[in-house]
Amino acid sequence: MSEATSLLASGHRACAGCGAAIAVRQVLEAAGPNTICVNATGCLEVTTTPYPQTAWRVPWIHVAFENAAAVASGIEAAYKALRAKGAIPKDKKPNVIAFAGDGGTFDIGLQALSGMLERGHDVLYVCYDNEAYMNTGIQRSSSTPFGAATTTSPAGKVIPGEMRKKKPIALIAAAHDIPYVATASIAFPADLKRKVKKALEVEGPSFLHILAPCPTGWRFGTEKTVEIARLAVETGVFVLYEITNENPLKPIVTKKIKDRKPVEEYLKLQGRFRHLFKPVKRQDIIDKIQEEVDRKCKLFGVDED
Amino acid sequence: MMRIVKGNEAAAIAAKLAKPDVVAAYPITPSTDFPEKIAEYVANGELPHTQFIPVESEHSAMSACIGASAVGARACTATSSQGLELMHEMLFIASGMRLPIILYNANRALSAPINIWCDHQDSISARDTGWIQFYGENNQEALDLMLMSFRIAEDPRVLLPAMTCIDAFICTHTFEPVDIPSQEEVDAFLPPYKPTHVKLDPDEPMTLGPFGVPEYYQEMRYAQHLAMKNAEKVIDEVFEDFKRRFGRKYSKVSPYMIEDAEIVLITLGSVSGTTKEFIDKMRKEGKKIGMVKLTVLRPFPSKELIPLVKNARVVATLERNISLGYGGAIYADLAGTLINEEKRPLLIDFILGLGGRDITFKDMEEIIKVCEKLVEGERIERPVWIGIKKELV
Repeated sequence: MSEATSLLASGHRACAGCGAAIAVRQVLEAAGPNTICVNATGCLEVTTTPYPQTAWRVPWIHVAFENAAAVASGIEAAYKALRAKGAIPKDKKPNVIAFAGDGGTFDIGLQALSGMLERGHDVLYVCYDNEAYMNTGIQRSSSTPFGAATTTSPAGKVIPGEMRKKKPIALIAAAHDIPYVATASIAFPADLKRKVKKALEVEGPSFLHILAPCPTGWRFGTEKTVEIARLAVETGVFVLYEITNENPLKPIVTKKIKDRKPVEEYLKLQGRFRHLFKPVKRQDIIDKIQEEVDRKCKLFGVDED
Repeated sequence: MMRIVKGNEAAAIAAKLAKPDVVAAYPITPSTDFPEKIAEYVANGELPHTQFIPVESEHSAMSACIGASAVGARACTATSSQGLELMHEMLFIASGMRLPIILYNANRALSAPINIWCDHQDSISARDTGWIQFYGENNQEALDLMLMSFRIAEDPRVLLPAMTCIDAFICTHTFEPVDIPSQEEVDAFLPPYKPTHVKLDPDEPMTLGPFGVPEYYQEMRYAQHLAMKNAEKVIDEVFEDFKRRFGRKYSKVSPYMIEDAEIVLITLGSVSGTTKEFIDKMRKEGKKIGMVKLTVLRPFPSKELIPLVKNARVVATLERNISLGYGGAIYADLAGTLINEEKRPLLIDFILGLGGRDITFKDMEEIIKVCEKLVEGERIERPVWIGIKKELV
């Protein structure tokens, strides 16, 4: 789809190289114009809708930070009711897609998300994950990975950044035994779009977790967004998988990795991990990150022989 | 048709007669009958198209109503106390987005300490959220006001959400005879909701809830203010039409024995009944006491109140709420309303009946004694708390 017809128009105020904006464009390219978007408060909402301008060429609503899933539930239910009473045609059934960042999904919006998934609303919930509260200025979230520095998990003299590991949000969504859950990366757009289409085809809730690197918060050059997203997959830091109704609760890796790269290649490009390399190299922490990635890759079966 | 029903059921019947598209609600004592009844109507096919969403919290209840209303659907919910507080953030957004969502609130005290009984702190604390607020005295009023609230809220001149409040247990769980209008009568009174200002429709993409920069924000708030102003007129029109169709008269303020009253008591909700009886008793003893019941608290009925109370010696507000560090909330509204009147009464606020404590004639006698002292020129420190057990303080 060309720039001129993209459903998320150019001219929005997102930073150059914003992974979230790329993610949304890719999702909308797969979803098409028959789509209603719900947006949790966050970078995406703020940068795309400075009144009286909007970058959205599809119907769009923002209500608050923690409730995109609940708002989407209401929209989906309203369409059902209006169809049932004949106020709109029986076949008028737009996609309902909720977009929220990791803060709005992993943390403050988790309860509303769980409710929406459990109640079975026919909604695709997309988390664009940039691994911290970027809109408020790079504070840690429960998605921030082990070792990363943020403004509320700073690399100090005693504590070297975030010391908790990332919450496995897609598996938490999958534990609701919903029809479709997947992870995706903006570096693999064909895989991402296929997953969006699949998610929209199923009846009932679906959840898509997209890693969306943030040049501002992760501290890398704006031209490197896709490269870093790709490295996240190639190092096994971010595993691409899907969980379908055919194999409930069982992740199927959709991108197996041959000769998985060491995590150091991913870490060293990002300023949020700089303290692991300078002034003294914290090999112990890098090793710990590698060990955790190896363990996860083994668990998922990421490595291709 | 007359039926003996609880206040909660009266409200649920009103909602049912309005044929809502979406009801999203979460149970909380003492309004739980409402979602139960709606679920029952849906399960029995009595609301064939309605989607009942048994949400996981009150916050999500209001959020789902906002989503539904933004599509153009008629949405309503019910809650009480902590539930209203949990949805407090969403109350502002519902009104800011100009979504005429209908809420039924059972007035219950707020924690801590946790208490499930009647007072008005919950909805009083929501009075600045941009919602129209009705207070019913009994179960008939609960039904009628709920029903009228749909039409008032959805009027294109208003487009604001509205809540109808009735007293926990005193009304919610008390059986009373209620005249229930027929579906045909209600259909004629309440047209379908067909908004043009909001729509989430891929055929006509619209951006709702954008980022409002300082150059625009204030005008959006002003538009809400104007809508509240318009509501003053629309409420009168709808009350009038309701009377014509159903024979029951409503007004924003209802005076009782005020023509020659030296002391006027201002009431909200079920205590109005007790107060009227008390006044009857006092009148027999030659005491010139009257009452004004407020049915509408937002928009505040200043215009209607001024002529009713300005000739009294003392106007006393009976407050089942406390703005801690100040006094009664209604007192503040009333004082502001009267301050620029050349002739105005003395004002005083009484805090009583909190957390479900009964309001008795004895309490009212104490109130009158204080009011009489005021008339005699004594200075009284306000607010005055009624019925405090000294041994517990």
